[in-house]
Amino acid sequence: MEFFEQFAVPNPTPTIYLSMVAIGLTLIAVLAGISYFKKWGYLWREWLTTVDHKRIGIMYLISALLMLFRGGVDALMMRAQTSRAGNELLSSAEYNEIFTTHGVVMIFFMAMAFITALMNFVVPLQIGARDVAYPRLNALSFWLYFMGAMLFNLSFVIGGSPSSGWTSYFPLAGNELSPHIGTNYYMIALQIAGLGTLITGINFIVTIFKMRAPGMKLMKMPLFTWTALITNLLITFAFPVLTVALAMGTMDRLFGTHFFTMDNGGMAMLWANFFWVWGHPEVYILVLPAFGIYSEVISTFSGRNLYGYTSMVVSIVVISTLAFLVWVHHFFTMGQGAFVNSIFSITTMAIAIPTGVKIFNWLFTMWRGKIRLTVPMLYSVGFIPIFTIGGVTGVMLGIASADYQYHNTMFLVAHFHLVIIPGVVFAMLAGMTYWWPKMFGFMLNEKIGKWAFWNIAIGTCLAFFPMFIAGLDGQARRMYTYSEEAGFGIWNLLSFFGGLGLAMGFILIVFNVYYSARYATRDIGDDPWDARTLEWATRTPVPEYNFAVQPVVDSREPYWDAKHEGKTLFKDKISDIHMPNNSGMPFIMCVFFFIFGFGLVFSLWSLVIVSSVGIAVCLFLRSFEQDDGRHIHAEDVQETERKMGGDDR
Amino acid sequence: MNIDHSKPLEYSTETNDMNIVGFWVFIGAEIALFATLFGAYFILEGRTGGGPSAGHLFVISTLMIQTFVLLTSSFTIGLAVNAMRLGRKGATIGLFLITLILGLGFVGVEIYEFYEYVHEGLNLQTSAFSAALFTLLGTHGAHVSFGLFWGVAIIIQLVKRGFTPATANKTFIFSLYWHFLDVVWIFIFSFVYLKGMM
Ligand code: HEM
Ligand SMILES: [Cu+2]
Repeated sequence: MEFFEQFAVPNPTPTIYLSMVAIGLTLIAVLAGISYFKKWGYLWREWLTTVDHKRIGIMYLISALLMLFRGGVDALMMRAQTSRAGNELLSSAEYNEIFTTHGVVMIFFMAMAFITALMNFVVPLQIGARDVAYPRLNALSFWLYFMGAMLFNLSFVIGGSPSSGWTSYFPLAGNELSPHIGTNYYMIALQIAGLGTLITGINFIVTIFKMRAPGMKLMKMPLFTWTALITNLLITFAFPVLTVALAMGTMDRLFGTHFFTMDNGGMAMLWANFFWVWGHPEVYILVLPAFGIYSEVISTFSGRNLYGYTSMVVSIVVISTLAFLVWVHHFFTMGQGAFVNSIFSITTMAIAIPTGVKIFNWLFTMWRGKIRLTVPMLYSVGFIPIFTIGGVTGVMLGIASADYQYHNTMFLVAHFHLVIIPGVVFAMLAGMTYWWPKMFGFMLNEKIGKWAFWNIAIGTCLAFFPMFIAGLDGQARRMYTYSEEAGFGIWNLLSFFGGLGLAMGFILIVFNVYYSARYATRDIGDDPWDARTLEWATRTPVPEYNFAVQPVVDSREPYWDAKHEGKTLFKDKISDIHMPNNSGMPFIMCVFFFIFGFGLVFSLWSLVIVSSVGIAVCLFLRSFEQDDGRHIHAEDVQETERKMGGDDR
Repeated sequence: MNIDHSKPLEYSTETNDMNIVGFWVFIGAEIALFATLFGAYFILEGRTGGGPSAGHLFVISTLMIQTFVLLTSSFTIGLAVNAMRLGRKGATIGLFLITLILGLGFVGVEIYEFYEYVHEGLNLQTSAFSAALFTLLGTHGAHVSFGLFWGVAIIIQLVKRGFTPATANKTFIFSLYWHFLDVVWIFIFSFVYLKGMM
């Protein structure tokens, strides 16, 4: 019995027991459903073993939406708890766990997965490639992410969640002040998912450098591909820092080392520094692809080419370099002294310049354009004002002397939500709606989509603008309650209503997927939005080989020019197409990673050893494997093309 | 598969070319990883928390053996790649084996060295300095050890399959990895050991 006690949740409440039951029942229902409909074979052959970038993208998308739900429920619970002074819905311990898991889930498992989903699906199509550089590693990336996410979510019902914030600052996160295993979950689940992200980074850099269609020079790449390239470079250089920090944190917790402790020479500030050396680039890892999506969407729906392409590219490159030079602004108050603070204050404010350039370029693209206010365009137009407010308050926070007032108040919380939500979430919803027809062969309903947009946009403003005031009045972040006299009540109540608006928007999106899947027409052609770049030049939905013939390009908007200037994209004849084989190895290896992680969390060394051997065996087998892929014959390609498009090239 | 015979075998197919570029990018990530570890070491170096310090621990003899062994192994793997370009299978495999044996020697000395440190009273748990030192050296050592297993796998493939675009590619990439570890060691040699002994 003692053995099982370690898996118990430290402060169980009815919610947790209910979730356990709910999770158990859902799991049984899913497994039974798959068995009943005899879908195990299908699931294994078509999804668990797939190496197709489009399917991997779709799996990332589904996971991201699930995580958005999980993180959203956390958010609603927090807002409900703080909606009234002295509320007792949640205890302080629960509240700590919830704001921690909310932040982690949203950043690592929702936002990262969402951008990876869209990069996976879109980048190879935009550059006219048949897949990514390393399809097998791409599957490995996904399964590492997935297992990391599952491990982290498991903490809710087995052993208890981490509770020292998504930033997990030491010494709070150390053994002394967080004796419970929750923080182990944080360290190890992020390590596993982070490894997947790093592999994605390398994979996409090589894909974009080496696999572009003939004629697509770097300065002819679509902007989304540009931002994907820069984001993946940021990933490759920033994530190793997180890897090291997490490894050290893990060692402090499991092996009693003294990296971040208060005694034996340990240095807690080292964690804060490492965390933000990774963490600030991370916010740009998230937001740059979003900028890319806005560039595509705004130019498509303004019927114009993007204004200031070169300055757009230059500004993302500048942003990516500055991103590594500002991390101290996250702890101006922690004693670096005036000189260091001043330097980082200046670098921080400098970021606003390239960002401003981009905003003006988008505005000039719309200027005198024939604007179509579709759902993706609505998100893009809504993004500009809200994001600007978030950015300007960022500059306020960047003034080191003033930050002593704002730091760790609700003002900060308002700032980063007002950049991340319009910056990342709006962009992902815009991108999802925009590329949805390419993914699934039908369009999402515009009317429901617009309702969802308005709920989300108004919800965002209502949820976060009041926090500026509450913050300036002195409400600290991460406090589970406050007294009546403090006078924060009204602002928090408004925030709660905003949160409900966001939830309503999310429900409408889910409903829209259901409604459109059921009723939308499948007869939409290859280019339902009248778009400009290569991904619209293939069939809808995209066949597994992407392009029957490799496109040849000589401009920035090859598909637009093909439509309007009669250029030909596809010059060759159809020939045999080489494709990679599916493989179960990435999935199996990641199951071992999951067991490995679970073993480490609870210091169950036998599990750790067994799963390490499993991982090593997988690597060894992979090394000896000879797999040159397979070919799709030209006749079969012709047949597919004829069925899908009517003409044969 | 298109094999371009004008290029060296390890570069001869598109996949090969991509694997090499990808490995360079991976080395970029590894540089970031080691840079962070070095950063941590420099910051925590003086924080010995009452335990032994760098000046007390480092001895010149093991350091010299390690350095000599690892640098030589980097030279022999270079020769192995050269032999591969000349198409001499036996020489390639022989030199590759010598490389791994030297690598094994390095790991052996490192383990002995760690053992000595523990005797001097420096555990992983002693201080921030000890944790940073063992982590930096250990990460490098773990990379070398991983290389030993990986190298054996490649040698077996060379023996069984001879020079093919795939085996040549793996051998070449292994040599990049090995040279990289050598470069890291030179940094460790200068900025950990020499600096610590001064
Ligand atoms: C003009 C650009 C920006 C400036 C000048 C800026 C400035 C700042 C500053 C100074 C802080 C720390 C404040 C404090 O702790 O007191 C901060 C926090 C934060 N910013 Fe920004 N920011 C900018 C853009 C962004 C963007 C684009 C994102 C994300 C997409 C972002 C995400 C965050 C997050 C997540 C935090 C808080 C992290 C935490 O403590 O939990 N910021 N920002
Ligand atoms: Cu920042």
